[in-house]
Order: sequence, then structure tokens, then C-alpha cells
Amino acid sequence: MRRGKIKMRVMQKHNAIMTGNEAVAVGVKLARVGFVSAYPITPQTTIVEKLAEMVANDDLDAKYIEVESEHSAMAAVFASELAGVRSYTATSSHGLLYMHEMLHWTAGQRLPVVMSVVNRALGPPWNIWSEQTDTMNQKDTGWMQVYCESNQEALDTILMGYRIAESQDVMLPLMSMEDAFILSHTSEPVIIPEQEKVDEFLPKLDLKFRIDLKNPMGYGSYTPPDGPFMELKKDLMESMKNSREVIQKVTGDFARTFDRDYSGLIEQYRMDDAKYALIASGTLASTGKYVVNQLRDEGEKVGLIRLRFFRPFPDEEILSAVSNLESVGVLDRSISLAANGFTATEVRSALYGKSDIPVTGFTAGLGGRDVRIDDFLDMFKTTKKGKGGNHYINVKEVK
Amino acid sequence: MFEIRFHGRGGQGAVTASKILALAAFNEGKYVISFPFFGTERRGAPVTAFTRIDNGPILLKTQIYYPDVVVVLDPYVMKSSDVTGGLKENGFLIVNSRKDPMHYNHGYRVATVDATSIAIKLALGNRANPIINTAMIGALAKATGLVSLDDTLYAVREASPSRKEDNALAAQEAYESVQLGLAQ
Repeated sequence: MRRGKIKMRVMQKHNAIMTGNEAVAVGVKLARVGFVSAYPITPQTTIVEKLAEMVANDDLDAKYIEVESEHSAMAAVFASELAGVRSYTATSSHGLLYMHEMLHWTAGQRLPVVMSVVNRALGPPWNIWSEQTDTMNQKDTGWMQVYCESNQEALDTILMGYRIAESQDVMLPLMSMEDAFILSHTSEPVIIPEQEKVDEFLPKLDLKFRIDLKNPMGYGSYTPPDGPFMELKKDLMESMKNSREVIQKVTGDFARTFDRDYSGLIEQYRMDDAKYALIASGTLASTGKYVVNQLRDEGEKVGLIRLRFFRPFPDEEILSAVSNLESVGVLDRSISLAANGFTATEVRSALYGKSDIPVTGFTAGLGGRDVRIDDFLDMFKTTKKGKGGNHYINVKEVK
Repeated sequence: MFEIRFHGRGGQGAVTASKILALAAFNEGKYVISFPFFGTERRGAPVTAFTRIDNGPILLKTQIYYPDVVVVLDPYVMKSSDVTGGLKENGFLIVNSRKDPMHYNHGYRVATVDATSIAIKLALGNRANPIINTAMIGALAKATGLVSLDDTLYAVREASPSRKEDNALAAQEAYESVQLGLAQ
């Protein structure tokens, strides 16, 4: 292959090849996280391994503790964040489920923790591959949720994540997702932002209600029915609503500072004159874009809507994005048992009474089954027909 | 876009090979992606790894079904897996073998290299489990012209956790000794 112009263009932009998990660890380091709790689970483990190495080599000035379970991993992060220290942990699959109780506590206590989750299927049967059911099961815990498409986005989302979470108008935790292996263990070129610019973009955490030995307070205390319990829950809902504007602002600031524009809660791909489109998230959106380009070359007026945030759910953005379409499909790499796709359900709810567009749901790629180009062609074709319903993609007949 | 698929066994370094190739191409200004089919790998179990190389950002994140190049680190894997499945017409098949390329010719451009002997001679790994991935990348570079020898050696040195010069030597020896079959 020839060297030449391309070399200049790429080499100036990207400065390393790394896996998604390495990119996340670099993001955590650049965010100057001061506390990490770690409990291993495939395919997340290489994130906390990398962080352990950084702490051991004095590349990251953080307290690093190994705990005995994921429940404790979140409990430890809860305590350190409440002490005013920017805190981080990472998990996957059953580890996340074991953490479930503490997720409610962290969000309810309004602690702006950022956690990485490498999406992995839930057993039984035992499976370590990519599927989003683990985090979709946490959609009602008060955590914001971002599904990343590339290693670069996985790194950048840690930086944007803390900015969004720590905003006074939000004060909610955020989980950032990578698809198991397809991002976590895949090497891609990555741009490592300069520390100086990151420091400017992400100021130090200033937690107003942090533990202060000179001014002792109670946290999460007993609250009777007529106490402020219901008011606090309503306030959390308001903050989740407010986060939409903050996400938009922080994404814009990020684009201005680092020259990478993630466009907010959703990304619209070749949607300008599209007649039909697929809604997808994570790496499936990336392959979906590849297939959109193929179909565009054949003259099809097709686009893709990439869901970056699932919480808060971008209902208004989706309503607006589908307004000129004739039909839309929704792809879920997760399964809400007895109710099909999580995203399809949310999209139908968002459009109910506001749009007559037919919504066709697809369940694909469970347990890491590869979603191939032909599977996408199949989904786009079915979406175009606009018949609605839910369809399973590339599933074998069971006798 | 060029798609390369590696077939080997756990412990031979197929996953690292896919990364070394990506790094060499990246150093030449290309966009790259490399990934393993991550299973419950144990030493000796069949392993697959993938590399894509393109001039622009790579959106496609599926496994590779129609490779331009297939690299076989252990020829005995060919007995149990369809390693050439989907290999494009006029594609390259690069095998770690002492045999003449004609032995494997099925209509592909075949190259063979005795990577095992090179690794044993340089004491990479041990006699039972020689580390042959760096030699295979050298053979791939020569057979396909996909990456230059310079960039290959750079990537091998960068990606080798130890014995950087011996690994570079393995790549260079394979580059020089690979046997190229005639295209049919």
C-alpha cells in the first residue's frame, strides 16, 4: 500500500491503537478519578486491571480497593463519592444485577458517580458475549445510560459523563456502555485528549453536601410517609428531565473543545431525505450505518437513528427524527421477557398519540450472535414494508 | 477494505498477530480494527482473530465472512475447521508449513513458511509451544504486500512484550524465506 496524503491525515488525528477497555481506563485517568473500587467479571476485568496498573505506576493518583462483590463495589463508590471524591467502578452482566440495590441508593443519594458497564448476556445458559439486557434491566434505577459505538466514544463518554452527572441541574449517576468484545476487546485507532484541555473541560468535583467532619449530617435517613420522601422522588424525576438540556450543552462544549461532535441524545445518520430508518444503539448502529451506505448506493432512501442515551429517553428527539419517515424499525440486542424489545416499547410509547408511523420491532444478536450484513438487509426490508409487530432475526427453528 | 482472518490455537498468538498487522497498517496511515472471536480460550483450542484495513473509518463491526487473506498458524486446524470458508477468489492463503505451496492450492494464491522452525531456532516460546505469530506476519507482509517490511518490523517490536529483536528477526526471516505459489 502506498504512503502519502492519507498518512498525514490519519496520523495527525489518531495517536494510539487500543481496545475499548483500555480507552475507558485512559478516560478515567484523564478525568482525574480519585477512587476506584474493583471486582472482576469478564469482559469488564481488563478495565480495572489497567487502572490497577496505572495506580501502581503512579500514573493515576487514586485510592484503589479490591472488594468482595459488586454490591460492595458500588457501596464503596457510594461512600467515597459522598466524601467528595470523584469515584469510578466497572462491571458486567450478573455483577451489575448483584449491584442493583446499590444503584438505587447511589441515584437516590444524588451521587454523580460514573460507571462503565460492558454489556454481556445473562444466564442461564452461561454466556459471556454481547447483549444489552443487563443494563436495560437497570433502566428504572435513576441512572443515566449511554451506549457507545466506538472506542473513541467510550473514552470521551467518561469525560462528558462526569461533566453531565456533576452538573448542579442533574446530580445523578451515569453508566456508560460498551458491547462485550465487539468494543471491549477490539482494537481501534483512538485520539487521546490532552490533559490540559480535559482539566479545562472537566473542573474538580465540588460536592455541596459532602461528608464534613466539622459539620456532621445524616444521609439517607428514615423518612415517614408525610416526610419529604415523595417530594425527593419527584425531584429526582425533574433532574432526569433537566439532564436533557445539560447533555445537549455538554456535548456542544465537548465538540468545541475537542472537535468531536456526538450531537446529543441521538445521532441522525443520512436522515435528511430518508423515507425509512432503523433505530439502533451501540456497535449495531455502526454496522447499521455501513449497511445504510450500501443501500444508499443502490438508491434506497434509508437512514439510521443512533440512540446514544437510553436514560433519559430521547422521546422528543425521536418524534422529531421520524416526522418525515414512512416507516421505522427498532433493533434491540436485549430481551424484556414477555414484552420483546426494551427500545421498541419505549419508542412506541414515545410516539403514541403523536405519530401514526408503523413501528416494527426486531430482536437480534442475543448472547453475542453476530448480526451480519444480511441480517440488516432483512431488517431494512421488513421495516420498509411497515407492517409493525416484533421479529426475531437469524433465529433457528427449535423442534 | 481489506479483511484478514487468522486461524490458530490458543497460545500461538493469533490475537496478537491480528494486532501487529493492524499496528503496521496504522503506521502506514490506514484505518484499522482488530478483534478476536473471544471464546473460552484454552491453550490448544482453535482460535480465530480478525483485522480490517481501510482508507477511511471502519463502520463494519461484524465477524469476517469473506476474507481477502486467511492466515493459518497451525495447519492441523485445517482438518477440523473450514479455514478457507468464504475466502475471496484470488485471495491469499498463508500457511505455517514446510510443504510446498502447491500442496495447498485450491485456486487461491498460496504461500507457505516454516514459521515453527524459525521460532524454535530463535527460542521463541519452547519446542512444544513455539510462538510463531511474529514470523507469520513477516510471511504475510511479503506474500501480500499489504504492509512494508519496515512497518512490520516496527509493529512487531512495539507489540512484543519481550525479546523484541528476536521477534523482529523472526518476522524478517519469514519475510525472506516464505515460498510463494503461482496463482492458478
